Amino acid sequence: MIDEIAARFPYWASGVLIAVGLYGMIGKRSLVKKLIGMNIFQSAIILFFIAGSMRDGATLPILLIEDGHILTPVDPELYVNPLPHVLMLTAIVVSVAITGVALAFLIRIYREYQDLDEESLLKKVR
Amino acid sequence: MLAALIVPVVARLRYELGFILALAGVGLSAAASIWSLVYVLDNGTMHYNLGGWAPPVGIEYVVDLISAFVAVIVTSVATLVIIGTRRWADREAGDRLGSFYGLVMLLITGLVGMVVTGDLFNLFVFLEISSLAAYALVFLGGGRAMLAGFRYLILGSVGGSFYMLGVGFLYFSTGTLNMGEMKDILTDDATARSVQAGAAFIFAGLGLKMALVPMHLWLPDAYTFAPSSVNTLIAPIMTKVGAYAMIRMFLSVFPDGYLKDVVPIGDALLVLGLIGIIFGSVAAMSQKDIRRMLAYSSISQLALIAVGVGLGTPLGLVAALLHIMNHAVMKATLFMAAASVRFTSGITQVADFTGLGRRMPFTMGAFTLGALAMVGIPPATGFFSKWYAVQAGIESSQWIVVAVVLVSSLLTAVYLFRILESAYLHPLQPEPSHGHDVPDGFGETEQELALEAQAREAPLDMAIPTVVLGLSTVVLGVLNAVIVINILEPGIA
Repeated sequence: MIDEIAARFPYWASGVLIAVGLYGMIGKRSLVKKLIGMNIFQSAIILFFIAGSMRDGATLPILLIEDGHILTPVDPELYVNPLPHVLMLTAIVVSVAITGVALAFLIRIYREYQDLDEESLLKKVR
Repeated sequence: MLAALIVPVVARLRYELGFILALAGVGLSAAASIWSLVYVLDNGTMHYNLGGWAPPVGIEYVVDLISAFVAVIVTSVATLVIIGTRRWADREAGDRLGSFYGLVMLLITGLVGMVVTGDLFNLFVFLEISSLAAYALVFLGGGRAMLAGFRYLILGSVGGSFYMLGVGFLYFSTGTLNMGEMKDILTDDATARSVQAGAAFIFAGLGLKMALVPMHLWLPDAYTFAPSSVNTLIAPIMTKVGAYAMIRMFLSVFPDGYLKDVVPIGDALLVLGLIGIIFGSVAAMSQKDIRRMLAYSSISQLALIAVGVGLGTPLGLVAALLHIMNHAVMKATLFMAAASVRFTSGITQVADFTGLGRRMPFTMGAFTLGALAMVGIPPATGFFSKWYAVQAGIESSQWIVVAVVLVSSLLTAVYLFRILESAYLHPLQPEPSHGHDVPDGFGETEQELALEAQAREAPLDMAIPTVVLGLSTVVLGVLNAVIVINILEPGIA
């Protein structure tokens, strides 16, 4: 059991982080904490993708070429999969955009009601 | 290639400011998507490789019959709605009109992109583009809309993240993100547990986006408190595109029958859909605010789409796709009419609709057509998609589907005819928001006459799109056989 967890540590970690994030979004009353929960959730997914692309002993997927000769071996086994990294760059941009919009929302809400607690907010706006 | 027309046209114009440019952008993309539908009808599926990279490496846009069909719906409904809500946008967005239309264009770009993309991760990106624009637009409403917008943002992002997680599982088991290639690989071998997990995550994510019943919590608040110019736009098309993405998963990502036999997602959609139909209708019956009522009715109608998808038979998918179109048109009509009523008189409560039939004959006429279509009175559109859903239910001996669809028509009639009844059969009442002073001593009839003199139809540029949408429910209903035979059935086969 321990070995199993240790062998696939990044996956277990991202699973735990997803749970933490979901708890933050559902269980916390403060809107800021909900947002933080969402961020943890998204980071966990990014971790999951990156972990999936890793391989033991692999290196950067860059071919070194000098005077037309390829210096590094062209063997896919030796490289990490670059595609998930690229996808996650996009995903990070998306999550930054969402966080930015959400923070702007929170500022507006706070200016209007001086409050960021969901339950008391719901009472105020009614 | 040619499919490229749709996306760049929208993408180029999204930063443009102002109503005219927004309208030109949507109008052009509507024209482009109609043209591409005709092209696909003649020449078969279009492929466009983004940046010139061939599919497995690069991102591919695929326009087949079904995506062209949905793109036409999205862009043409959006065009009419943008014309119709210009006055609302002027009033609500004020000096931020430029950024308002920028967001609207961003939203439509995202939706059209979701429809035409042939790449799973690209779908996620467009999903988030359209959702971000929608969060911001909902938030513009201020007050409760801000809270609704924030909640929409949290839940929407969870949906998007679940989808991305599912795509991750699929990517690591197949090594591709292209939908066509994914289907080929999965047809050969789809036994892996991770594929099943991926399918489940994608289902959860898209279910959230299309407001399937236990995941619908963001929808009523967002639709009720969003500015009128916004809810009229997002209610007809936003969730539909989520539903379309779900259909796309069934049609072109997972092998035929996989989502029914290996992973019971079809059954899950069916059960949640059936619950949703009843729940949405019953909840709609008890609402006093017309926007909230229409929002719950959206949940119920989307559930009908989910049932069609969940049946998984070709006939069920036809019903679902037809209902995507019908519901887009019907809901646009109803929301437009509600927005016009609110614009001229400030009325949002169902109880205040008394006598409006005489004061705003065109708007309420269109509302009536939309309502009849929702209930499913034959010449109007709603009847046919329900007909196909019932047929599909009979075909696969799911009698409960037949029963629920029929009962839902009845429930729909209950909550919509409530409005029609008070609009047409009750005498006029003084406008609550303006409080006209009728001099004492006037009799009942004179009081009515005095108000009738002030009867106002919505401004022409609001009334015309509303009426066009209302009439199109009937026209599309009459033409539905043409659509089904030429577009949907070959598209699904």
